[in-house]
Amino acid sequence: MTDVVTPAAGVAGTRATRRDIGIKRRYAAERRFRTYGLAAISFGLIFLALLLWSVFSKGYTAFQQSMITIPVEFSEQIIDPDNERATNPRGLATANYPLVARNALAKVLGVSPDDRPAMRDVNGLISDSVRGQLRDMVVSNPSVIGTTQNVALLASGNIDSALKGQVDLTVTEQSRRINDRQLGWMNQLMESGALAKEWNAGIFINGASSRPEAAGVGVAIIGSFYMMLIVLVLSLPIGVAASIYLEEFAPKNRLTDLIEVNINNLAAVPSIVYGLLGLSVFINFMGAPRSASLVGGLVLTLMTLPTIIIATRAALKAVPPSIRAAALGLGASKMQTIFHHVLPLAMPGILTGTIIGLAHALGETAPLLLIGMVAFVANYPTTPLDPSTALPVQIYMWANEAERAFVERTSGAIIILLLFLIAMNVGAILLRRRFERRW
Amino acid sequence: MNTSILLLILALIGIASYMAGTRRAMALAGGRLSTMHSRPGYYGSYVLVWAVLPAALILALWLVVSPMLVTSAVRGEFPEEIRAQPEAAQSLIYGQVGAIARGLQALTPEEREQVEAGTVEVRPLMASKGVALAGDPEPYMIEAAATLNGMTSTSRIGMVVVVLAAALGGAAYAFRSVAPRFRARNQVEKVILGSLVVASSIAILTTIGIVLSMLTEAIQFFTMVPPWEFFFGTVWDPRFAAAGSGGNSAGQFGLIPLLAGTLYIGFVAMLVAVPVGLFSAIYMSEYASPRFRSVAKPLLEVLAGIPTIVYGFFALTTVGPFLRDISTQLNGLATGNYTNFIQAQSVITAGFVMGIMLIPYVSSLSDDIITAVPRALRDGSLGLGATRSETIKRVTLPAALPGIVGAILMTASRAIGETMIVVLAAGVAARMQFDPFEPMTTVTVKIVSQLTGDLEFTSPQTLVAFALGITLFAITLCLNIYALYIVRKYREQYE
Repeated sequence: MTDVVTPAAGVAGTRATRRDIGIKRRYAAERRFRTYGLAAISFGLIFLALLLWSVFSKGYTAFQQSMITIPVEFSEQIIDPDNERATNPRGLATANYPLVARNALAKVLGVSPDDRPAMRDVNGLISDSVRGQLRDMVVSNPSVIGTTQNVALLASGNIDSALKGQVDLTVTEQSRRINDRQLGWMNQLMESGALAKEWNAGIFINGASSRPEAAGVGVAIIGSFYMMLIVLVLSLPIGVAASIYLEEFAPKNRLTDLIEVNINNLAAVPSIVYGLLGLSVFINFMGAPRSASLVGGLVLTLMTLPTIIIATRAALKAVPPSIRAAALGLGASKMQTIFHHVLPLAMPGILTGTIIGLAHALGETAPLLLIGMVAFVANYPTTPLDPSTALPVQIYMWANEAERAFVERTSGAIIILLLFLIAMNVGAILLRRRFERRW
Repeated sequence: MNTSILLLILALIGIASYMAGTRRAMALAGGRLSTMHSRPGYYGSYVLVWAVLPAALILALWLVVSPMLVTSAVRGEFPEEIRAQPEAAQSLIYGQVGAIARGLQALTPEEREQVEAGTVEVRPLMASKGVALAGDPEPYMIEAAATLNGMTSTSRIGMVVVVLAAALGGAAYAFRSVAPRFRARNQVEKVILGSLVVASSIAILTTIGIVLSMLTEAIQFFTMVPPWEFFFGTVWDPRFAAAGSGGNSAGQFGLIPLLAGTLYIGFVAMLVAVPVGLFSAIYMSEYASPRFRSVAKPLLEVLAGIPTIVYGFFALTTVGPFLRDISTQLNGLATGNYTNFIQAQSVITAGFVMGIMLIPYVSSLSDDIITAVPRALRDGSLGLGATRSETIKRVTLPAALPGIVGAILMTASRAIGETMIVVLAAGVAARMQFDPFEPMTTVTVKIVSQLTGDLEFTSPQTLVAFALGITLFAITLCLNIYALYIVRKYREQYE
């Protein structure tokens, strides 16, 4: 040993200069490596920010809607020329209401009703949905006929986009969907205060519509609500029951091992496969109606079950064995031990897992496309068997629309969906913070 | 009496029998509960189970079986020449009979007599009651409809009687057996255990359902299109049956171009997700302070919580146009020719956005795995003078490698099964090429496009979706089972 030490000690003074162990290079590599890690995290976070920013910046305007508030003359000559509303009230439903609105706007703008090209441009300012709006006013209260009322009419999607500054005015007039004369009128109406942006309640209430200004996610929200209800009612009890059996009762044998592998795999099966299952079993084999939220709910239940089972088993596992031993020692049966002591203690974890599973199901689109929820549904579904659509499917349908105003609506619908998801996840986090116990 | 009222009555019987059972147990105990084997609630539950469970099972069975029996009985009474017709025509006729039966129920008794005597025009009469018929009904149809109505109502009365009898009989039997020495708790717990077993078998049933449903439809598809043409075909052109020209009207269903697109897009996505996710995981587990970690990790996981449709929209409206415009500028700077070489819908758009979506999957799975590497290995390496990064590169990562491979495989199966991003951002052109700037399509896109719109479960155009589905299921299943196997084995290594 001394042989080895002595020469080393002899050259100790010069070793630092002679033998380069590359400290500088290695430290540089260390810093580089660290920077890569930071860069990777920043990359992810930057894209998260970019994604949210792109959705919010495009979408916040969807919560405002341009309205034209003008005096509308409910002219008897147009609505009920033969004065037969007492005998034939159905005639009121088919009257030419767009003409009523057009004439009212033309009067405000000072356009002669005989100038047909100008009248066509005037018509382009207001939404086609005024037909229904004015009809409902007249049918519900026929006494307005012959009077003049101040009515807030929906502006057309193109005007709405232009007012929000989303139309590129540098392109030539021919290739725009809104011409210079209409722009002039728009500014004129703005200055007189007739045209204004208002809070857009319609996006929360209305059903599907081919006109962006009248389209909303009301029906989709109801459809999604039904589906979430079905998922919750079915998957929570079934999932908890299955987990209790697997975690507390099941003997360790090949069968339970198979079930375990099976559940882990089901959690990773592509969601679209569940859509195929639903289409073939529920619709083709059992004859359930297409587009119904019941079928959607069942498909999403099957999809959510593995998530809930995995979360519940983890929560049950986290309850310490001493609780079980104490209950059993005091004479409780195994069933009583679990239902009276273990399950209540595991409940916060189970509920957190359930909420996260539900949030996942709420955002799921692909399986719903296959069971026919890509449907144009303008009426509210009254039962889960009625055709309906879902929030993410509505987003998908709007994303495929060509009109500029639909991009804004799509982003608006995404914001609504994300707000629901944020609310659910925050709820789950709060639940965990409030009730979680550390053993 | 319809089914929901019957269910309500059943529920009321259930509540009543629970209360009766509990009361009787209390009365038998006479204030000294310890003389009873179980607590009174268990006796109540025992009576409840006997009242509701058999009756509900009978009800369910009746609702499934009785329509089948009625249908076959009514169809058995069709005239000979009708029964000689093919199955599809017969079910059409049966559908019409069903409509007439509904119409008959809406009529007044006098009108019904007229219809059965054949003295009125049936179709306008039923139309006035809101039942639209496809054609003028023939006499045998009206007869069959009357039979159908009769049998249905008999069956319904029978159902109500049998179900109520079962409920009351079960309740009475259980009520009589309530006694101090009767072990009600054990019986009730057996029932609960049975329902737990049923619940956990649903997981298996789902898998069986997935495999069977897809397999039956896929086998039907393979009787029309030979399997080798599907699995090895290089052309995807499922035209509509009527639009085909010549003998090739069924179209061509080649899987290869779809699979190529799926794997290519998945590969691009993994190119983004694996390095970014892995480096994030390394930084989080080895360098980050607890405070940084507690903020950055949940934020990164938000990426996994965003619905995929949102990513698809992001790709469609932001990333795609951005790549297209920047390629126009780059091309212009380089060659002076301002045309884009990246399409708005392309492999790179879909792959890149999917990669971002997959970052949290890679990072959180690898994070767990890296953290699970025993402290002693790290300390040994650091103690010998290695820097942090050298320790990670030479000790931690090699030790964690099997687990990380498992995590990457799991992520790859997500990439293959992902639908909404590719539906919106990858395009629909089924072709084989190597240019990542051009659109390609995937298996999932084609499943969606074959199954939206009108469906016919007899045409290969619809059924091919199930063949695609089972291929997808098989691929992801293999990846997952292998990944789970690796991860399990890896875990055991350090436990």
